[in-house]
Amino acid sequence: MNAQAPALAARGVGKRFVDRQTRAAVVALDAVSFEAAHGELTALVGPDGAGKTTFLRLAAGLMGAEAGTLQVLGIDVARDPQAVQNRIGYMPQRFGLYEDLTVQENLDLYADLHGVPAATRRDRYARLMEMSALGPFTARLAGKLSGGMKQKLGLACTLVAEPELLLLDEPTVGVDPLSRHELWEILLGLVAERRTTVLVSTAYLDEAARCAQVVLLHQGRVLRQGTPQDIRSEAEGLSFTAVPATGDSVRRLQARLFDDPPTIDAVPRGGAVHLVRRDVRPDNPDAALQAVLAGARIEAVAPSLEDGFMVLLDAVVGGERTTAAPGVADLPAGSVSAAAEPPTVIEVRDVVRRFGDFTAVDRTTFSVRRGEIFGLLGPNGAGKTTTFRMLCGLLPASSGFLRVAGHDLRHARAQARGKIGYVSQKFALYASLTVDENLDFFGGAYGLRGTRLRMRREAVTTRFGLGERGATRAGELPGGYRQRLAMAAALLHEPEILFLDEPTSGADPPARREFWRHITTLAESGTTIVVTTHFMEEAEYCDRVLIQEAGRVLAVGTPLEIRRQAGERDGRPPDMEQAFTAIVAQARAAAGDRVAA
Amino acid sequence: MMRRVLALTRKEVHQLLRDRSNLMLGGVLPIILILIFGYGLSFDVRDAPVAVVMEDASPLAHEAIAGLTLSRYLAPMIVRDMPSAEALLHAREVDAILRVPADFSRRYAGGDAQLQVILHGVDVARARTIDSYLRAAVGQMALREADRAGALRGGAAAGGPVSIEQRMWFNAANTSTWFLVPGLIVLITTLVGAFLTALVMAREWERGTLEALFVTPVRPIEILVAKLLPYFAVAMLGLVLCLLAARGLFHVPIRGSLEVILLASVCYVFVSLAIGLLISAATKNQFLASQIALVVSFMPALMLSGFLFDLRNMPAAVSALGHVLPATHYLELLKSLFLAGNVWPMILRDTAILLLYALLLLALARSRTRKRLE
Repeated sequence: MNAQAPALAARGVGKRFVDRQTRAAVVALDAVSFEAAHGELTALVGPDGAGKTTFLRLAAGLMGAEAGTLQVLGIDVARDPQAVQNRIGYMPQRFGLYEDLTVQENLDLYADLHGVPAATRRDRYARLMEMSALGPFTARLAGKLSGGMKQKLGLACTLVAEPELLLLDEPTVGVDPLSRHELWEILLGLVAERRTTVLVSTAYLDEAARCAQVVLLHQGRVLRQGTPQDIRSEAEGLSFTAVPATGDSVRRLQARLFDDPPTIDAVPRGGAVHLVRRDVRPDNPDAALQAVLAGARIEAVAPSLEDGFMVLLDAVVGGERTTAAPGVADLPAGSVSAAAEPPTVIEVRDVVRRFGDFTAVDRTTFSVRRGEIFGLLGPNGAGKTTTFRMLCGLLPASSGFLRVAGHDLRHARAQARGKIGYVSQKFALYASLTVDENLDFFGGAYGLRGTRLRMRREAVTTRFGLGERGATRAGELPGGYRQRLAMAAALLHEPEILFLDEPTSGADPPARREFWRHITTLAESGTTIVVTTHFMEEAEYCDRVLIQEAGRVLAVGTPLEIRRQAGERDGRPPDMEQAFTAIVAQARAAAGDRVAA
Repeated sequence: MMRRVLALTRKEVHQLLRDRSNLMLGGVLPIILILIFGYGLSFDVRDAPVAVVMEDASPLAHEAIAGLTLSRYLAPMIVRDMPSAEALLHAREVDAILRVPADFSRRYAGGDAQLQVILHGVDVARARTIDSYLRAAVGQMALREADRAGALRGGAAAGGPVSIEQRMWFNAANTSTWFLVPGLIVLITTLVGAFLTALVMAREWERGTLEALFVTPVRPIEILVAKLLPYFAVAMLGLVLCLLAARGLFHVPIRGSLEVILLASVCYVFVSLAIGLLISAATKNQFLASQIALVVSFMPALMLSGFLFDLRNMPAAVSALGHVLPATHYLELLKSLFLAGNVWPMILRDTAILLLYALLLLALARSRTRKRLE
């Protein structure tokens, strides 16, 4: 085999599936051609359903392609999948670990299956343990590990045979930023030291930015292959930052810009709006843009990989964006903030929750005002979900005071629940019922009937652009629409507070943008939002965020305050993700010192 | 190859020992079933309560019911009148009413005495059994009377009433546990083999662990062998528990050879395991796999194998279906081995059929388990 030959070469690969319900053929991959070079990191990025997982499964010999050829390590994978499987490492989305085996037993299993000789095992195990920091936990059951540790163990198992090629399918979905960071350090180390070839699919573009090559998939086709710099340059001269004028707010400016058709992308970032737009001449903006900016200062910035991604997607999807959030963008700047301080709707004082002798939430105090977007951040296992469940009245506190929507949760849980809406992480609607049937059911559960129910149903379907899909079964909706339906159902009874648990986990950037557009609209109309997320840049949409770790509150404040708390870097506050990582790492180091002392 | 099979088997044993539900299914469930079937679910009638309404108080009437008190199958209780007896029957405090009418003695003298028997007919099999016990008990009176009359007449009773001597071959005591135990063995091996195996294999599909396992040098046959070995052991454990219970608790005779019983069982356990593997390969989902395993293997083994219902009394189509089932052949063989002894033509035929099924189903499971996700 020629050392210069690519580790993986796809030529015209096509794959179709038959939809079980409709019996229609769905194109998963269509004439996909690209190469992944030896000893490099290649990222496979693209929206949900772009075909990333299907491609990785084809490369692993777990499926057969209908068209084209796929050479993996010089072997035609369709002809001899076993030969490929002997030489590669593959980590499926759920890590493929045996949760009822210990860390060591999982490792041993894969070492045995790959025929790793006993003599080399000791060294290799030692190295893997050091790399993954799992050394102290070898006797622990894999099911008892945190999400980030599971992911590292999954990786260690695929690395035990020292494969030439690693295939990783979205290894960081649902994993907190700290664990994500550690995993990427490991991957970069592997490539640098062992010249391992890595093909990784991801929804995080900051991860793709660390790869040598990026392959952008969209609806089963390769939209673009190139270095991160190539893709970034697509947005060259199109990226700007807009600082709102006094009296205006970042969120309103972002909403106005986002709704303005020439905008490709607009997200809040560090007290300003990051903007990708084709028609901007910063020195001389035209009148239409002037109106939208309402006095905001605009300045060109270097494009990010995400900007390039959005530009490329925009070129194919064009004006398909289905924002249906009428009215709010037209609100005069400052109309809400000019009013008196809004009342507190959530009050949490010294709340503790214990499970046996484990304290999941420890003396937590915070409050949320009406119309605020309040973000709960923290690594996996920090106590976010427990806090969330207590606020929703699903779990009583061990001690402390909780008041939600004017009701003390100790005495009036049912009344409080009538005033809140809850969107869980998993899709919790009935897949076999239609959109309208689902809404009628949930409306009924909240006590809506007759004309009132019809009116509310009308209102939410219009708001979320579900009007034409009333007769579609929920299970047959595309991912983005399902989430809209879940939100619509949670908003039927016009709750004062909406709780969202990792609503954007696994979603691609366009879907996340659209989701947040709905959220900011809701907040502007006075609904209070409490949300958890692993995407740190999404914290920028929040008015205030709370960072939890090991059940304790590490920081509460506006995104800017949080970033400042983490200290300055090069004379500027770090971005949200760096700030989060720094704050949690400081807390962990302090805890370590305490233990040592 | 051996190393991979060993590694996978070790993994399987670890999982088996750690998962309480598997152990419950493999070890505790057989014991519970043995106790329920052995002690609770006997078809025997013992001490069935019978309300006796004595409208005639003559000694002759008392003589008529004397047989009831002596019977170990019946427990008569004297009741005042018919309405209270009916009330007891409605409440199912009694299984039957025996009414001795007021004119019993008078009509007896005339030779056409009548007794009324009312049975609770909801459970037909039990009602029939009680009916026959009642007839036998009352019939004794006629015998005794004839005896007495004969004695009076000074031994001139040549050609007295004919009595029938019943003998139940192979189960002389007519104990239903004797034929329940072989059926129980069939049920337990089916449950452990098909149900448990379908469940653990479907779990691997569902949790995505097979997806990771596939992208290693492992071959499908190795995965299957490693699944078969531990669950074979669990099924055999259930079998041994049943055999011990059969001997120790219920004193079921084992008239045939133990070796043949074990050999036939090994064949049948492999049949069950293969069915379990096939189901999981087809469904790849724990819930579906468990439902299908119940419907396809356990229920037929219970209903159609001749365990609860005699296949000869079924409609031809159902009976034919029953005769196709491996469980039917295994049960037939076991019953005969336990209660009748070594009937070689039957042993050879049924063992051959079971072996054929095992090979066929295992081959099918092998071809259905491919390292593919589509």
